[in-house]
Parts: sequence; structure tokens; C-alpha cells
Amino acid sequence: MMKRTIPMLLAMAAGIVMILAYFFPPLTPLQDKTTVWFNILAAVAFILGGGNLLKVHLKKVSDRREGWAYSMITLAAFVGVLAIGLFKIGVNPLDEFPDQRMAGDFRAEGSGFWYVYEYVFAPLTATIFSMLAFYVASAAFRAFRAKNLEAILLLGTAFVILLGRTAAGVFLTDFLPEEGMLANFRLENLTVWIMNNPVTAGNRAIMIGIALGTASVSLKILLGVDRSYLGGGD
Amino acid sequence: MYEFLRDLDRRVIFSLMALAVAVPILLQITPPEKATPIVRDAFETIEALEEGDRVYMAFDFDPASAGELQPMATAFVRHACEKKLKIYFTALWPVGPQFIKNAERDVISRDFPEMVYGEDYVDLGFKTGNEGVIKLVANDLRTQYPQDARGTPIDDIPMMAGVASIRDFDVIMNVSAGYPGTKEWVQYAVASAPDDIKLVAGCTGVQAPLLYPYYPQQMSGLLAAIKGAAEYESLVLGKYGRENEPGMYQEGLRRMAPQLSGHILMVGLIFVGNLVYFMARKRGEA
Repeated sequence: MMKRTIPMLLAMAAGIVMILAYFFPPLTPLQDKTTVWFNILAAVAFILGGGNLLKVHLKKVSDRREGWAYSMITLAAFVGVLAIGLFKIGVNPLDEFPDQRMAGDFRAEGSGFWYVYEYVFAPLTATIFSMLAFYVASAAFRAFRAKNLEAILLLGTAFVILLGRTAAGVFLTDFLPEEGMLANFRLENLTVWIMNNPVTAGNRAIMIGIALGTASVSLKILLGVDRSYLGGGD
Repeated sequence: MYEFLRDLDRRVIFSLMALAVAVPILLQITPPEKATPIVRDAFETIEALEEGDRVYMAFDFDPASAGELQPMATAFVRHACEKKLKIYFTALWPVGPQFIKNAERDVISRDFPEMVYGEDYVDLGFKTGNEGVIKLVANDLRTQYPQDARGTPIDDIPMMAGVASIRDFDVIMNVSAGYPGTKEWVQYAVASAPDDIKLVAGCTGVQAPLLYPYYPQQMSGLLAAIKGAAEYESLVLGKYGRENEPGMYQEGLRRMAPQLSGHILMVGLIFVGNLVYFMARKRGEA
């Protein structure tokens, strides 16, 4: 009862308030209150997430499961950065309170947290993301084949977009006039047309499908038919 | 030749890509950019604002996407400063506040030192809750932000006077790398008052196709990927100058050259890959 029914009733009540407030504006303050609760829960979820990360990785280290050394690194990074931020290590005091180090901004330039962010976190994440270019290039060479009509259409579109999104598009079709019907075939204009028409049309269809699916799942949750979000598997 | 291409080592491809990106950077090539209508509309939306109008600047991205998004964030901030708009910085991503700090340090303190914190710009900081935050600020911003990122109560911040909800802003300028981001700003902020709220956004290349359907009704303009940033930079440079000052105001433009060579290499690789495929088919190997 406490673990399933009450959370389910809370979720149903919150959902119904959000829907009703959309149609009955006097309920807007209640809707705002519900949103505040949601935001508080989201903040608490950060603590739960941190606790869960500790639990999972400590267990892995303690069991000496495969890859436990990576878990050690994760734990060290988590605890280290948390301590640097929480205890404001290396933070410069504010001008107004020169003898109160804890009053300083933990993100300000020169603080420990700033160093970690600027010289560890930012370069690492940027590096990981940059590697995508190399893998995409390799995959394009090995897998992007004109095997059938659909693949040929995809290839043609890819060529137009790849070239049209750079100065190469302008250079290659510079012989076409800038005005009139032929201007539509300039690569930069063709790119805009593809993005504005086939891509937008396809995405609109997908978005409408997602919206219908979301409405259907939401109704199932509101009516208590779908309880999978409570955990436990039903 | 066929065997060489068929068995081409991936390290060769990696090296070619590294060269394609590195050479234009080292040679400092900057190809010209012509703004597309969707970027020009974003620019014109900001241009149409008057001095002292309020812009809500939401930085919803992280360092992984900074390569694409930092130039447009810088261009947005610079444009707002040049127009003497009041800027309200926020972030829905935990690392977003660092980009606000960067904007404050690199653009405002460096080139617009006359701007006063609390009167011309304010950092409202990061809030957790994703679309929940947007939903709330759409009706009641003061409940969501009782104080700024420095801990000052918003009642004590001069530029917060008269600000009750997102409707009190003239434009939302969002730089987004995913969820929560531009899509949520459209769905929860713009949709709550489509006639009152204007949104211009900058996003990553992979996000752009998902956002095109919102233009021009729910979104006044969109900067898609580094090309969008370069086009916007060219418009801001054209209007406000500083062309001779290399650096952050031309980062997007500078990054178009590696993008150009990278894309040409990709086209070449796809072409050669298909050549190998058809030769293999002809030989009965595929």
C-alpha cells in the first residue's frame, strides 16, 4: 500500500491537476504548486542518483568484478569533485568578506572546481565527442553503400547536405543564376529546401506519432493501468 | 588498387580526417558565409528590439557540444550587448553556469565593461527540474528563482523589477545541445502564450531536423550547428564591426574551413567506398 498505491495516487492526482489547469485557468496556482513539488523531487533525485552511483560501484569494487578498476576511478572522481565543490577548495573570498572563504563562488575563476572543469572535464568531454568525426568517416567508407533505390536516395541527400552546408556548395553550383527557377538547384538552396520540406514533413509525422503515443501512455498512467514506473515489473 | 582500397586500414581514414581538420586550422582559412533566411530571421528578431528590452538567455549545453555551440552563444551575448538589451542568464544543464561565467568574462567584462551586474545583466544560475523549470517560469519566475546565482534575493536586483514570468521578456535566446533544450522551451514556454513569447535558438547539427518544424510559427529563427553560428557571426560582424579582431567573435567562421574539408573528405570516402562495392559485385565478391 505505502510503496505502490500512495505513489500511484500521487502521480494520478498530479497528472490530473496538470491537465485540468490547462482547460480551467483558475487551477493554475495549483498547477504551479505541483510543478514546484516536481522540481523539488528532481533536486532530491540528484542525491538519490549520487547514492546509487556509490552503491553500484562500491559493490563492484568489493566483489572484484570485471572492470572494478574503472569503478575505482569513477568513485575517486565522484568523491574528489564533490569534495572540491562542497568544501570550496581553492575558492577565493569575495571582496566584501575577505576573511570568509566559504562565502566565495565555487565556480569562480581560479577555484579548485574551476580548474577541474576547465582542465579535466571540458577537454575530456570535448575529446570524446570529437572522436565521432573519425568513426563516422570510417563507417561512411565501409557501410554507406548504394545497394537499392532507398540507399541511393539517402546517398544523394547526404551528398547535397554535406556539400550544401559548406562553402563547397556555393562554389560547385556558382554557375547557376541567383534568381529564377534554376536558382533552386544551387546546392545551398537545395539544402535549405531539403531541410524545410522533406525533413520537416518527416519530422512532423514522427512528432505527431510520438505525441499520440505519449497521450496514450499518459492516460494509462493516469488511470492506473500502467504501473511500470513504480518498479516491480507490472 | 582494388585490393588496396578494399583492405584500407581504418587508421589511414583516421589520419586523412585528422589532416582534413588540422590543415585548414593551421592555415587559418576562413571561407565567406552568406546567411540563410532562418538565421537572418533570428538576427532580425534581435535587431528589432529596443535598448533596455529584456532577453532571457538560456545556456542548455555542456563542453561536449561547446565546439558547435560556444560560438553561437558568444555571438548571441555580443549581439544582445551591442543592442544594450538587459540579459537574464539561466541554465537547465548542470554545467551550463560555466558558460555563463565564460560569457561574462570574455564578452561582457572585456568588451562591454560599462555594463553593470544587476542592472544590465544577471545570472540566475542553474535549476534542476528540466521542463518543470520551464513550465514554472512560464507562469511564475519569482518562485523558481528567489535569488540569483550569487545568492542575492531577486527583490534586491534592480533589473528584476517588473519581471513576474517569461511573458515579461521580449525574446528567449536558447542555446541547446539536447534535452532539456529548445524543444522543451517551445513546448512549455512558447506554447503557453504563442502570441506573447518569441524564441530564437541555436542547436547542434543532429538536433536541427527535429526543430525545423517549429520554424517560423513557434520559433522566430534557428542557428543550426556551426554553419548557423558562422552565418550569425557574419551578420553581427557586418552590422557591428570588429572584423579585424580575430578570436572569439569569428570562431564559427573559422571552424567552417575544417568543416568544409571534413565534408569533402566524407563525400570522397563514400564515393570510393561505393566504387569498391561495385567492383566487388562485378567480381562476385559482394
